Amino acid sequence: MTSGVPIEILLVEDNPGDVRLTKEALKDAKVRNTLHVVMDGVEALSFLRKQGKYAAVPVPDLILLDLNLPKKNGREVLEEIKQDDGLRHIPVVILTTSQAERDIAESYRLHANAYVTKPVDLEQFLTVVKSIEQFWLEIVKLSHI
Amino acid sequence: MNQAPQAAPIDVLLVEDSRDDAELTLHALQAAKIRNRVHVARDGAEALDFLFRRGEFADAPTPDLILLDLNLPKVDGHEVLEDIKGDERLSRIPVIVVTSSQAEEDVAKSYRLHANAYVTKPIEPAAFLRAVSAIGRFWLEIVRRP
Repeated sequence: MTSGVPIEILLVEDNPGDVRLTKEALKDAKVRNTLHVVMDGVEALSFLRKQGKYAAVPVPDLILLDLNLPKKNGREVLEEIKQDDGLRHIPVVILTTSQAERDIAESYRLHANAYVTKPVDLEQFLTVVKSIEQFWLEIVKLSHI
Repeated sequence: MNQAPQAAPIDVLLVEDSRDDAELTLHALQAAKIRNRVHVARDGAEALDFLFRRGEFADAPTPDLILLDLNLPKVDGHEVLEDIKGDERLSRIPVIVVTSSQAEEDVAKSYRLHANAYVTKPIEPAAFLRAVSAIGRFWLEIVRRP
């Protein structure tokens, strides 16, 4: 389940507070991981396609994706990832404040791997990110192609 | 945790030909905080009959979650997965592949066919129970399902 190589996580999140909390929650993870953060949808796709300043970044093993993002929203980012043969094997966990049934249904239709809503409460937010970490880093087998 | 209180139990379809693994999975899910009902299909053909409501499964519910083994009699798990994700009504259901295969080829193929997650079965029963409990906690308590 664990390996020597750290799990590379890409967090796509424009809210600095949520970025800080997510970092905090992942810091104590049992499985070694490296968190990369981009703040908007265009940056996310540049990172994933290794464009410009991202030429040397690793292909992430897991993506945590907010839906409401500047420049290009999470829905479009998700759609582009899942239509790209080189990227669609990467699990994408939607992490958003939206509780709208429409967003949930559409995300699954676009092949999001899981949809998780961000609790407003700080403690609960940490618990949720830790649950994501425990399931996706400790239990799941990720694809390393 | 974020899940709205649900009156109806969550319907889980477990596709598993090993009786021991099915028993352990049922046991682990019974302990989950969220009420759930597990339906067991013993091979890929039975799973598809259940999902497409054929024959004796005409009144089967649409499951909220599917746990799918890969090495199955009659129709293998990848084919079942492909049929689920290619169907308008069924494609939104989260499918967790739970298998003894560690082959990178199986992992990559499953994700390409839009498996929601891939979990390898630990051989040791206690570790297997922990893995299924973790699947239950995450998918029943944390995730928002459609």
